[in-house]
Amino acid sequence: MRIEARSLSFSVRGKALLSDVSLSAQPGETLALVGPNGSGKSTLMRLLAGLARPSQGDVLLAEQPLARLSRREIAQRIAIVEQQADTAERITARSVVELGRTPWLSALRPWSGEDTRQVDKALRTVEMEAFAQREWATLSGGERQRLHIARALAQQPGLLLLDEPTNHLDIHHQLSILNCVRNLKVTAVVALHDLNQALTCDRVAVLSGGRLVASGTPQQALTPDTVSEVFGITARQVRDAGGGAPHLSFHLA
Amino acid sequence: MSAAAALAWQGVRGACLALPVLAAAVLAGAMIGETSLAPDLVLSVLVNKLAGAGLPVDPVDQGIIWSYRLPRALVAGACGAALAVTGVVLQALLRNALADPYILGISAGASTGAVAVTIAGLGGGALSLSFGAFNGALLAFGFVAILARAAGAGSSRAAAAQIVLAGIAGSQLFNALTAFIIAKSANADQARGIMFWLMGNLSGVRWPDVWLAVPLALAGWMVCRFHARALDAFTFGTDSAAALGIPVRRVQVVLIFATALMTAVMVSIVGSIGFVGLVIPHAARFLVGPGHRRLMPAAALTGAVFLIGADIVSRIIIPGQVLPIGVVTALIGAPAFAIILVRGQRTAR
Repeated sequence: MRIEARSLSFSVRGKALLSDVSLSAQPGETLALVGPNGSGKSTLMRLLAGLARPSQGDVLLAEQPLARLSRREIAQRIAIVEQQADTAERITARSVVELGRTPWLSALRPWSGEDTRQVDKALRTVEMEAFAQREWATLSGGERQRLHIARALAQQPGLLLLDEPTNHLDIHHQLSILNCVRNLKVTAVVALHDLNQALTCDRVAVLSGGRLVASGTPQQALTPDTVSEVFGITARQVRDAGGGAPHLSFHLA
Repeated sequence: MSAAAALAWQGVRGACLALPVLAAAVLAGAMIGETSLAPDLVLSVLVNKLAGAGLPVDPVDQGIIWSYRLPRALVAGACGAALAVTGVVLQALLRNALADPYILGISAGASTGAVAVTIAGLGGGALSLSFGAFNGALLAFGFVAILARAAGAGSSRAAAAQIVLAGIAGSQLFNALTAFIIAKSANADQARGIMFWLMGNLSGVRWPDVWLAVPLALAGWMVCRFHARALDAFTFGTDSAAALGIPVRRVQVVLIFATALMTAVMVSIVGSIGFVGLVIPHAARFLVGPGHRRLMPAAALTGAVFLIGADIVSRIIIPGQVLPIGVVTALIGAPAFAIILVRGQRTAR
């Protein structure tokens, strides 16, 4: 599902958090959003998910303005994993993932075998089947994060928005979650802090101070010069002796 | 099985489980009291009244059962169910385990309305205590809602606390107004009477109250049950609910008004009965888990049975005297609540 942001601006109490950002992700692509803390990644995510309305500009989902869809219609198309979603309820891991089926259920369309299958599949994808009956409070940060991702997958979205999904995850699960997202047939927009992980995505958009400063293929957008300037460091492109893809190495300027 | 049939089947199954329990509780409410009456006597009275059978029953016993105990038990049941369901809904919406109907200032407002009519003589005797209580409840709720909105209550988890704080401010204000009116205008007898009402009192309940309380509790329960899935979606907060396709603002408005209305009417009939809305949802969660599709009926049933039981206790615990039911619910509820707090703390670690 194609997503397009057209000159999005967003301000809170006169302070501009995002100004004139335009970007798009083609069906099936994985777009990485990178930028320093406070550069507007999470704000952009919320606008793309329709959780906040842009002060100016439009979000188009499959060429349709997001503002014209109902909440339920949006939730059947877009799933978002935000940072730090927590609960005090004594809810099981499985019922967290079951929440993902909410947009597909109604009084006349109650829970069915298909919903159970989708939940099972999502739990398998994030390797959490063994934890299904565990209570939320007993799970680690990484396990909770994987459940949120499973909940998003259970929504069967055409567009997946992940705000720093690899936070809290050990390196095995970082790589496996990103791998899983790339292998899904859905369009994904992923906010990332690890620039070398961003290099493995289809496209990259770089935000700084609420503005889009670079976008394109990883090689175009994440040049050592751009990275150095945006993050205030010195970045260098290196290739390891094994001859793999180039990656970035950093040190303080 | 089609969706509608599955839904109907679910309803029938639920009713089959709940109705016998409720019937037993109401039967106990009609039997137990200062004079104990046999169950077959209660059933004879029911058959006489409902089917016009004309079975031989002592008219005094028939009067006690039909005019006093039955309406009392039915209103207690409706009231307990409504308060418990209100607690479930508010705890989910406000994401606060300590939320209950009184947190919104509703009961404090009802008290002010009641004393304004009965003691300060608002309306010149043309208005009833219930009418005053109901309007006071809505007024207080309006005050709290406006204050919470001005204080920025809304989407985030921190902002959800604002409505609780606004409720505390509202409760304090209206409690102070109540105390002011009593101190200024009431004589000793009136003060004692109103204190009795403030702590919850089912003594004055008659059939017209039943026709108000029972349909309202049923309608309110249905509205809340209809939103069960939406309430589940609030588990991770309002943003997460919105991302799951819930029209957050609409659900909040509908449910807060439904619960405010239920509480206002119940308080206007029976006075303030504390702890039911706070403790029963926790007890029901302990029995059936946090999912609202099962929690909603479980809380309603537990609340109904609990309050019918509390009413029985209030009538027999001191021979020859009726204790305010709010005292009974608080005496049972406060320790139960302490246990919940301590247990919750242990498992959270």
